[in-house]
Amino acid sequence: MTLLPKAILLVAVLGLAACNNPDRYGAGGVDPNATAGAGIDTTGLGDPNNPNSVAYFNQTIGDRVLFAVDQSNLSDSARNVLAGQARWMTSNPDYAVIIEGHADEQGTREYNLALGARRASAVQNYLISQGVSAARLRTVSYGKERPLEVCSVEACYSQNRRAVTVLSVGAGT
Amino acid sequence: MTLLRTLAIAIALGLGGLAVQAAPLRIVIDQGVIEPLPFAVPDFIAENGGAAEYARNIARVVAADLAGTGLFREIGPEAFISGVTSFDAPVAYNDWQAINAQALITGAVQASGDQIVVKFRVFDVFSGQQLGEGLQFAGTPQTWRRMAHKVADAVYSRITGEGGYFDSRVVYVAESGPKNQRLKRLAVMDYDGANIQYLTDSSSIVLAPRFSPNGDRVLFTSYASGFPRIYVMDVGSLAVRALDEQPGTMTFAPRFSPDGNTVVFSLEQGGNTDIYAMDIGSGRLQQLTNAPSIETAPSYSPDGSQIVFESDRSGTQQLYIMSASGGEARRISNGAGRYGTPVWSPRGDLIAFTKQNEGRFHIGVMRVQGDEERLLTASFLDEGPTWAPNGRVIMFTRETAGAGGQAGLYSVDISGRNLRQIVTEGAASDPAWSPLLP
Repeated sequence: MTLLPKAILLVAVLGLAACNNPDRYGAGGVDPNATAGAGIDTTGLGDPNNPNSVAYFNQTIGDRVLFAVDQSNLSDSARNVLAGQARWMTSNPDYAVIIEGHADEQGTREYNLALGARRASAVQNYLISQGVSAARLRTVSYGKERPLEVCSVEACYSQNRRAVTVLSVGAGT
Repeated sequence: MTLLRTLAIAIALGLGGLAVQAAPLRIVIDQGVIEPLPFAVPDFIAENGGAAEYARNIARVVAADLAGTGLFREIGPEAFISGVTSFDAPVAYNDWQAINAQALITGAVQASGDQIVVKFRVFDVFSGQQLGEGLQFAGTPQTWRRMAHKVADAVYSRITGEGGYFDSRVVYVAESGPKNQRLKRLAVMDYDGANIQYLTDSSSIVLAPRFSPNGDRVLFTSYASGFPRIYVMDVGSLAVRALDEQPGTMTFAPRFSPDGNTVVFSLEQGGNTDIYAMDIGSGRLQQLTNAPSIETAPSYSPDGSQIVFESDRSGTQQLYIMSASGGEARRISNGAGRYGTPVWSPRGDLIAFTKQNEGRFHIGVMRVQGDEERLLTASFLDEGPTWAPNGRVIMFTRETAGAGGQAGLYSVDISGRNLRQIVTEGAASDPAWSPLLP
């Protein structure tokens, strides 16, 4: 058997620079997708007491909303979180945003990719309705590829059915 | 599936059309197995000095292929009364009858420089005659396992009347790392898990590779750009190119058409997922479904005229069939639960699928009309069936529950029997079977 030499490096062309959300995939999360030029900046989150900091966005406003099983509609509490996100984005126009849609593991791979996209899109549409420019927003679905919690019961599943708003500096406006 | 020694039916065998006259050795696969057919494969004869190791190893792989189907049972050499000392010596049928070896496979190997030649014969022990004519294969020493698989395919075909599937490969996703940071890379292996070769590194999530109809290319989904997108890899050179470059969309779930010229896939835009087809040569894109629901996991019929896919247009995931040019679709799944990942059998008669019902996952098959649904497996998470080239065996992903959950590859006969794990170097998912190699 021939083990071929180091395989293909697919070239990353992610147009955004540092992603400012180190734990969006889980505790101590390091984005395994991160390729050259898209490293995680864990030092630039700023002072959580400063309402214009990324840390304030992630922790105080809340960077994520959760969904019911196989659903992509936004609950009232999700709308409140997203309204807060939209206000923050309006006051901090230098940030671009990727909205990541996720699903729990109770579904087939392809369907969960499509379901995650629905969830990300629901968040995107709501942020646009709150005045955020569509040009600042992109979506991506991870389906069930990046659970936050790893147990196989509803307590974990409910945290994995999420859409996470990830801020990036450097593109956007 | 029954193992039948049919009576006095002359069967034209594939090779040379030889008619066997009485009580031919025969497994009729569709009849519910009673007992696997006992066979013996003595070490092949080494016809020169360099051939000894190949002669032994090839016989072992032939035996493993046949026994691995669950249709055959090997009688080991410790039971043998007489050995085989020469490929052309007369067979001592009485000695093989005495140990109830119904089939006997003998062979010989010559090794010279960069070539080895394997020849073999199959005997119907209780009829006292050879089954079909002897055959020989030649290849390089590196391809000795393929030659063994070709011998086993020929034996399987002669006894079952079905095409073989041993000389084939499986492309899949090799997994490592914890559940919330899974690393994934593409790999390809022989159908039995041997000869693993990695096709990509694990710098990006890769999903659901699919072989082209002649095995020369692999379609897959990668997050290399930061967003899920379909790529096509040339298996020989490992060169990769993006299939599709539409910004603001996500593309996934690709499969080739049977002629290899078109890729059918899902494209998501603005949160809605529909099915599209792209002509690879011209890049021309055709939208096949247009609905606010999720349409994904398309798979062509073997004649290329129809596509089976899943949609939640009724409120839950169900299976539908439409023309390969799109248009009206008819629902074929009707049982309880959700149905996804349909794959059309290479024989055209069955659709394999993943079913979710009452918290369990199943791999199942149903007829193209949607009737005669049979669930073949059940576990915490079974998904993503792929067909063996002869349409008799299905491989799929099984993942265990919990924080330490791991994915592995399993195969099962379409009767639901003979569930087995394919041993891989690490965790593995998303298998896709190649056609029979040339």
